[in-house]
Amino acid sequence: MTAAPIETGLKGSSERDRLARARLLRGLLPALSLVLVLLAIAWLNPRAISYFGFSLMLNLAIPIALATIAQMFVIAGNELDLSIGTFVGFVGCVTATWLKDAPLVGVLILLGSIGVYALLGALIYLRNLPSIVVTLGMSFVWQGLAILILPKPGGKAPDWLLSLMAFKPPLIPFPIIAALLIAAVVHFGLMRTSYGVILRGSGGNAAALERAGWSLLKTKVVLFALAGLFGVLSGMALIGITTSADANIGNGYTLLAIAGVILGGGEFVGGRVSPIGAVIGALTLALAASPLLTFMHIPPDWQVAANGAILIIVLAARMLISRRER
Amino acid sequence: MPEDNTDIVGLNGAEKRFGASNMDIIRLDGAEKHFGAVRALAGVDFHVGAGECVGLVGHNGAGKSTLMHMVAGTLVPDSGRIAVRGHVEDNYSVPRSQQLGIRCVFQELSLCPNLSVAENTRINHPALRGLGWRRKAADLITAKLDEIFPGHSISASDIASDLSIGRRQMVEVARAFTVTQDPLELVILDEPTSSLDAHTAGQLLAFVRRFVATGRSCILISHVLGEVLQHADRIVVMRDGKVVASDAAKAFDRDRLVTTMGGAEAREKIAAEIATQKPETGPLRVRARPARQEDGNELVAHAGEIIGLAGLAGHGQTDLLLAIFAAAARSKTGIEVTAPVALVAGDRQSDGIFPQWSIAQNIGIRSLKRLRNGLLISPQREAELADFWRKKIGIRTPDMNNNIFSLSGGNQQKALFARALGSDAKIVLMDDPMRGVDIGTKLEVYDLVREEAGRGRTFLWYTTETEELDNCHQIYVFKNGRIVANLRRDELTEKKIIQSSFGDAA
Repeated sequence: MTAAPIETGLKGSSERDRLARARLLRGLLPALSLVLVLLAIAWLNPRAISYFGFSLMLNLAIPIALATIAQMFVIAGNELDLSIGTFVGFVGCVTATWLKDAPLVGVLILLGSIGVYALLGALIYLRNLPSIVVTLGMSFVWQGLAILILPKPGGKAPDWLLSLMAFKPPLIPFPIIAALLIAAVVHFGLMRTSYGVILRGSGGNAAALERAGWSLLKTKVVLFALAGLFGVLSGMALIGITTSADANIGNGYTLLAIAGVILGGGEFVGGRVSPIGAVIGALTLALAASPLLTFMHIPPDWQVAANGAILIIVLAARMLISRRER
Repeated sequence: MPEDNTDIVGLNGAEKRFGASNMDIIRLDGAEKHFGAVRALAGVDFHVGAGECVGLVGHNGAGKSTLMHMVAGTLVPDSGRIAVRGHVEDNYSVPRSQQLGIRCVFQELSLCPNLSVAENTRINHPALRGLGWRRKAADLITAKLDEIFPGHSISASDIASDLSIGRRQMVEVARAFTVTQDPLELVILDEPTSSLDAHTAGQLLAFVRRFVATGRSCILISHVLGEVLQHADRIVVMRDGKVVASDAAKAFDRDRLVTTMGGAEAREKIAAEIATQKPETGPLRVRARPARQEDGNELVAHAGEIIGLAGLAGHGQTDLLLAIFAAAARSKTGIEVTAPVALVAGDRQSDGIFPQWSIAQNIGIRSLKRLRNGLLISPQREAELADFWRKKIGIRTPDMNNNIFSLSGGNQQKALFARALGSDAKIVLMDDPMRGVDIGTKLEVYDLVREEAGRGRTFLWYTTETEELDNCHQIYVFKNGRIVANLRRDELTEKKIIQSSFGDAA
């Protein structure tokens, strides 16, 4: 009688150890794929592994990481944002025009666009609409607005933004510091605070949350507003790097952001996301995109296709490894 | 305003105490609830006193869950009133019930699988916030787990989805008993031991007794009648959306409980018919053994037989039907199927109906081979088939080309029966197809099923309604994915079914 529970207890804890190990390994996977890409680059071109090399290669990693974080908030609530790319483009156009010429108007427009994101969250929840449809529609709205603001490429980033993005700290390249900072802040906010639990819980078991008396409308609005906020930061960072804007500048970010979240260990449903993983995923994608391919001497005509192939290989490898653990 | 309630008299059962109502934690008077045409609760009076453990028993669909959702505030009664500690609550809701100290552990698990045990605790406690909330939440849930389930080996940092289902249930139960800012007066435990082994179930039930000894209350819903008989102070029996008995637990024994739950009313009508027309054994149609069956029991069906699959909901009946359905297309070990099969789905909205299609198309889909003319589907043949079944089964519609949703629920179900019966299938699998169907339609379909069986068709009929088993020649009772009893029609009594399916693992 006394032996039985002890025995099951032991069995239970070894089973849990196994699961904990599996979870740890899954958590390390994103870092592993980043290391793999870095090794490939180091092998192809050892000189790239330097302060200057990283500053150059990871140049675009900051906006991609921010857009990935934006997408991650939406995915945390079991939704998907297909408009984040054109939204980043729209923000870029506002940054290169209004924010420089009439900062107050520019700030108001950007705050308003975050408000629009919050409203979309409310609409999706209240009318029980599929977010894919709503955000696909919105992607055309943002694109249209961007073209209205900036019919042809041009504009100029505000000087303070240019100097911020050109910041050269000693020893560690700025993109790496920025990535660490983004990951730390979002990790604390979403994974450690008491309301972050509620936000993630809304993706895990919405019915249970509602039964416990939490407002699902509020969680959805907060998640979408955070997506809007990080979309704005992404667009501004992008223009700070490129110095001028183009209405189509962010179009590729939608899929990059989704891939970054998944590469970082997130799942489309169930509220399972990881901010640190998402940032690592974004860095991996940024590196795998152009630097690696250039070093591999792949002609520019083929780079887009090769980029896609790398994405498929990395994601497939992740799926295979995490499936074996189950 | 306690004086408002002094005139309320609990007419059901033992107590008729005037003025005692403000001792009640909660009291529902004349609670009624309809879901569409289905009456889930028909004027229920129910109350729980302070320091009392009330056992609530009844069949699937007797209305227990609906009643508990009202107590917890997740459902609002269509009519009737709710009073907590003698105060009538006009706007009763989840936050209000929580404020008043009413907690509920629902049957379906309500942990967030992606969160840790401590984080799941936080969800039920808005007060767990600010610096150090993780530590506080972890301490809170660990202390309660230690108290209820000593030696539980659950860590507060475990992710819920990594825990076994039994441990998840332990966490959920323990969480319901944790206290921060809101008081704790009443805990509803809906099948709390369904995933626990005998040892932990014993720990929980012992804790429940300690808990009510401190003057707080508990509602215990369980299909294990022994648990209820031993641990409840008072037992309330529900049937067909009504409370049919409420008495001290000592006044019940197992037999009385089973009889009260069952309602031993007359149902000789169909029974007699079935008994007389018991067919001589035709050729074998199905021989199947459930995947989890360990002994030699197996389901055997011959041509012309109506086979009932009984037992509590979700104990492997649907799984077996689906396995048989799959085995008809691709051979499978342990299952032998000798004729074409058709399935009538239980959840018609998600598994049965093609929502965009007309009634005729919905009926014809199982018989496309016969309706074909060259490469195309012949509209005439489709219309003929649909029309034949409209007359035969009585689908009430002006035009079979109307969308399937133009039909009432019962008629939609008839269309699904027409799909199966109009096909070449010699074996018809029915996955509790009469859920939420009105009694008139039911009787028509019963007649049809018996008629078709007389022509040599075989029916495997899973049902949660014991009365429907009267139509069957042979009944297999399921428990935990296994066949635990095999009854002939003449051996069938409600009591036997209940006893087999409720068999306590004591």
